[in-house]
Amino acid sequence: MFENIGLAFQGVWSHKLRSFLTMLGIIIGIAAIITIVSTIKGTNEQIKKNLIGSGTNTVQISLNRDGNEYDLQWSALPEGVRTVTEEDLSELRKLEGVKEASAYRYRSYADGIFYGNTAYSGALYGIDSHYFAANNYIINSGRGFTADDYTKYRKTAIVESTVASSLFNGEDPVGRTIEIMSEPYTVVGVVSQVVVNEPVINNLQDYYMYSAESGGTIFIPDVCWDISYRYDEPQRVVIRAKTTDEMATAGKAAADWLSENLIQGNTYAYKASDLLEQASNLQSLSQTTNNQLIWIAGISLLVGGIGVMNIMLVSVTERTREIGLKIAIGARGRRILWQFLTEAAVLTLMGGLLGVGAGIGLAYMLSNVMGTPVAISIPACVIAVAFSTLIGIIFGLVPAVKASRLNPIEALRHE
Amino acid sequence: MILSMTDICKDYPMGKSVTQVLKNVNLSVSEGDYIAIMGPSGSGKTTLMNIIGCLDVPTSGEYLFGEKDIKKCKKKQLADLRNKKIGFVFQSFNLLPKLTALDNVALPLLYGGVRRSERRRRAKEALERVGLADRVDYRPDQLSGGQCQRVAIARAIVGNPDVILADEPTGALDSQSGAQVMDLFHTLHEQGATILMITHDRNVAEHAETIMHIKDGVLTGGDQDE
Ligand SMILES: Nc1ncnc2c1ncn2[C@@H]1O[C@H](COP(=O)(O)OP(=O)(O)O)[C@@H](O)[C@H]1O
Ligand SMILES: [Mg+2]
Repeated sequence: MFENIGLAFQGVWSHKLRSFLTMLGIIIGIAAIITIVSTIKGTNEQIKKNLIGSGTNTVQISLNRDGNEYDLQWSALPEGVRTVTEEDLSELRKLEGVKEASAYRYRSYADGIFYGNTAYSGALYGIDSHYFAANNYIINSGRGFTADDYTKYRKTAIVESTVASSLFNGEDPVGRTIEIMSEPYTVVGVVSQVVVNEPVINNLQDYYMYSAESGGTIFIPDVCWDISYRYDEPQRVVIRAKTTDEMATAGKAAADWLSENLIQGNTYAYKASDLLEQASNLQSLSQTTNNQLIWIAGISLLVGGIGVMNIMLVSVTERTREIGLKIAIGARGRRILWQFLTEAAVLTLMGGLLGVGAGIGLAYMLSNVMGTPVAISIPACVIAVAFSTLIGIIFGLVPAVKASRLNPIEALRHE
Repeated sequence: MILSMTDICKDYPMGKSVTQVLKNVNLSVSEGDYIAIMGPSGSGKTTLMNIIGCLDVPTSGEYLFGEKDIKKCKKKQLADLRNKKIGFVFQSFNLLPKLTALDNVALPLLYGGVRRSERRRRAKEALERVGLADRVDYRPDQLSGGQCQRVAIARAIVGNPDVILADEPTGALDSQSGAQVMDLFHTLHEQGATILMITHDRNVAEHAETIMHIKDGVLTGGDQDE
């Protein structure tokens, strides 16, 4: 067996150029696959980091109807859904894995907000006093909401740092007045969320996600929501899980508790946005695009395999006399079979190894040029090499069987 | 008795008719024999040799190798028989060009499942017997024709076969190298080897103890026929 492998390497080495050209299809196919897989994996890890790795461990819980979030901006108040009270929130905090809970009102694109003549297009939050803690916000300048803001219904607002530049042209927003549905609010502070990882935008989905957030956010005390908008709008709830691992279960428990205690009937339900699920949705999205590329790479492997078969057939013909002699002096058919299978496998094994090397190199090169993230998957590399070896064995089978069945008399006469 | 053939016939289909290449051949080889089968080109010598060497099967007739009925043997058994009981010497040497003399000689032992160190030892010994102890690491293209044929003979004897089959062993050699090869066969025979040789050359055949003639597929002469 080892002799066979050694001889096979010698055989490959003695026809360097020919072997390389034969391997080329395999090398290209494997390199393409490794590049794609490394980029996918890098992107996925980046997405995961962006979504869940920000360190906040927060899960958003929203009111759903027919599986979609119920849009309060354009729709009537939902019937049979009562608002979240302080008592509800303390019940939620008692649930397994829930560290903090906060209710808030929300518009993804709030209308009727102006600073002077400049209209604001971004999100508006009506928050309780727990919200900043639950979402890991820090105050950059000014102050946060005080107990007085809530008890005295002060029309105060806090803006996110991005709004400071987009709406206020870089002027200090603290102390200025903005208009929300014709009501004046005084900006008292600027906050920003502590995000561990900088978001990287790799594809359209990322872009939508990111831009929805980066239009900016303005916060007002939830008690003031009624002044500018409707009374008794149901809230969204955000919980902060104790650990990242508990996010899914804690989120679901909280959503179920809310559905059970706040809602009558089956029309509406609270749903936790499962960030892990979102992450995997994004992953599968990017994977479908890349699956097509993998198919193309697969075709290259097929072509490579046929190339191997072709060259092995040539090799069998070239070595007909050698095979005839071996059979004459007592080599069994199986040994001849293995000799050629080993040679084909060694050929494609080397092709696979070179392909993995080239693929890793290419992935990093792409990363340098285009900024795509890279993560090398060791199992993928191992599978790629094993797979290319398998291709050698499969496509080497026909030539090897042909060799093992040669008639020694005719083979020895062959010129 | 090493082998015995009774009424061996070999036909080749030629279009609608058949050519009879061997016609009722009877032959037996005993230990220590040195037989030359002589005949003109196209008389069926190689065909006979292929059958004796278990590379080909007769159309009819009985062929016993030792106790074994060749007709009843499977491919695998025939391969083992060729490996252990028969040593082939071909007209055109048939050495593997990329292997050294030593590795060429050791090849049958490899297929016989002999351990590597043992293979090397026995291959060296066989090369010594053919007078090429100083050429073990040479490759065929670094050896003369006569030396190549002696390497091939070493390969034939390395497994201590029951019989050495040589098909025109001097056919590709100049007369001097040819004579050396014949001397070698002579020595091997004196050491006890059984040799069956095919040739069309009377001078070569005369080295043998027994000369048989083949013409148009009919084998005559030798002790067996009387
Ligand atoms: N495979 C074959 N098919 C048809 N005829 C063959 C085949 N092999 C040999 N022959 C014929 O058998 C005859 C004997 O051939 P061969 O044994 O090679 O003779 P020699 O070795 O004595 O020169 C020749 O006429 C040859 O044409
Ligand atoms: Mg002949």
